[in-house]
Amino acid sequence: MKAFRRVSVGNLLFTLFGVVWLIIGCYPVFYILTTSLRSQNGYLLGNPWVPPIHPTFQNYAQVIQSGFLRSFINSAIVSVCTVLLIVVFSLLLSYVVVRTRNRAVQTVFNWFVVGLAIPVQAAIIPVYILITKLGLYDTLLGMILPMVAFALPLSTLILVNFVRDIPNELYEAMGIEGANDFQIVFRLVAPLARPALISVAVYQFVQSWNNFLFPLVLTQSAGVRVLPLAIVQFQGEHTMDVPVTMAAVVFSAIPLFLAYIFGGRYLRQGMLAGFGK
Amino acid sequence: MDELGLLDRARPDLGDGCLVTDRMNLSRLLMMLPAVIFFAAFALIPMCVAVYYSGLNWSGVGSATWVGLQNWKSMLASGELWHSFWLTIALMFWCWVLQNPLGLVIGVFTAGAQRHRAVFGALYFIPLLFSSVAIGVTWSYILSPTFGLMDNLLKALGIGNGFENWLGNPHIALFVIACIISWQYIPFNALLYQSGVRQIPRSLYEAAMIDGAGPLRTFFSITLPQLKYTITTTTVLILTGTLTYFDLIYVVTNGGPGDATQVLAIDMYKQAFTNLNIGAGSVIAVVLAVFGLLLSIITLKFTGFNKMESQMEGA
Repeated sequence: MKAFRRVSVGNLLFTLFGVVWLIIGCYPVFYILTTSLRSQNGYLLGNPWVPPIHPTFQNYAQVIQSGFLRSFINSAIVSVCTVLLIVVFSLLLSYVVVRTRNRAVQTVFNWFVVGLAIPVQAAIIPVYILITKLGLYDTLLGMILPMVAFALPLSTLILVNFVRDIPNELYEAMGIEGANDFQIVFRLVAPLARPALISVAVYQFVQSWNNFLFPLVLTQSAGVRVLPLAIVQFQGEHTMDVPVTMAAVVFSAIPLFLAYIFGGRYLRQGMLAGFGK
Repeated sequence: MDELGLLDRARPDLGDGCLVTDRMNLSRLLMMLPAVIFFAAFALIPMCVAVYYSGLNWSGVGSATWVGLQNWKSMLASGELWHSFWLTIALMFWCWVLQNPLGLVIGVFTAGAQRHRAVFGALYFIPLLFSSVAIGVTWSYILSPTFGLMDNLLKALGIGNGFENWLGNPHIALFVIACIISWQYIPFNALLYQSGVRQIPRSLYEAAMIDGAGPLRTFFSITLPQLKYTITTTTVLILTGTLTYFDLIYVVTNGGPGDATQVLAIDMYKQAFTNLNIGAGSVIAVVLAVFGLLLSIITLKFTGFNKMESQMEGA
């Protein structure tokens, strides 16, 4: 009984700590949301700590009118294409790595593992020159190609670890039915590796949606601007109008909130497997 | 002879080639090709090309002249590179100090079985959903000396004059940046620790309870030692992540005030894309790459990749 009470006091303090961190962690997010619903005057005159008395969606209307829809679509195109290519390419490679006993294949895989340590910043200058020479500067495709390349090592590593666990008998069973390599990948490996594939996809979607360096270096015109760049541009144009910039921030994070609400488990798994790189 | 040839063809036919065997064939080569080409063309080869670029006098357009080690000599002599280097080390240090202990405690907290802790854990995750750019913009408003939330709070509490320019003060700007980065990434470290704690065998805790160990004692003699691989993992991730950290600093201070937050990644970007000095920028890029590879090699040496992998699988 005595021990139980001591634990309870400890628990209470620990819970208090949890609440404090909840405030530190979530209050700024709450601030973003409430500020985005303020009028410009309300921001300058009202108390910044409490939600506005007369919330307004005016800021969101302004955000959408100033070209954010275009950026939203650009971000969607880039992220969806990037994720599709990453998933297909790394799935195919991981199947070959797991199922082929060949020195060259293992060497390729080892290079991919080394590739985990390549920082994007170390290669960005030559990538910029290369994309320019390919005539892809200031295009959506020009962003997609290097994003896929830098996501491949991690995605492949995660999938290799997963595909390795598929029992040999299943491959043999399909082999007797006369399936070829491609049929095995798409009819056996892909369905079995579905949780890992979803984790890779959700994680890489967040990564490419929020990517900043590639768009910053590889694009310039408004027609191909993606959301993170649009926010910076927007902030520069509305330095004093905080509520409208906060509305832009919320607007750009909507898909990720939806992804977290409906696929939070996969996102967390993807982050754990992905080490947050 | 003929019989042998038939047999050779007959055997792959049994499983229609490839799959029961573990040999390389044309379709497998085709399967590997997209990933290998993308990785080589846009990651591996560019990294090597950066070494070549570091010996060029070039603005990115027009003709380039090979100047050998000239860029390296002038960069090492100028002091700018060293300044950025030490700032990067300092940022890595602060990020580690801020993120690791707090991430550990929060991870232990969210690993608890109580229902409310799971809800807290789900809410803690939210900052990770925003882009670094969005986080940077938000915090620069919160910390703004005019109408900023932070100064408003401190004034209400009677601390300071209420006009502290957090990001404009060269003495504290880097630390403030580290705090913002940590605010976003502590939940991620907590997530790693949470899964680490959940893998600790229950029997160890039961034994400790029988021995009458209190919660603090249990934490220091069971939880902490059992988490040593997770601690290594988070340390590596924080260090490698901070080494190349760019987005948020670019948005919040762009290296300023003066050059107080001009870490290597910012310095590289400015040299290559603002000053159009591809050679100098590439020198910094190579330094970053070598630094990153060294960190990874040291990690492998101390932990071994298998151990990191086995930690990962439990996730």
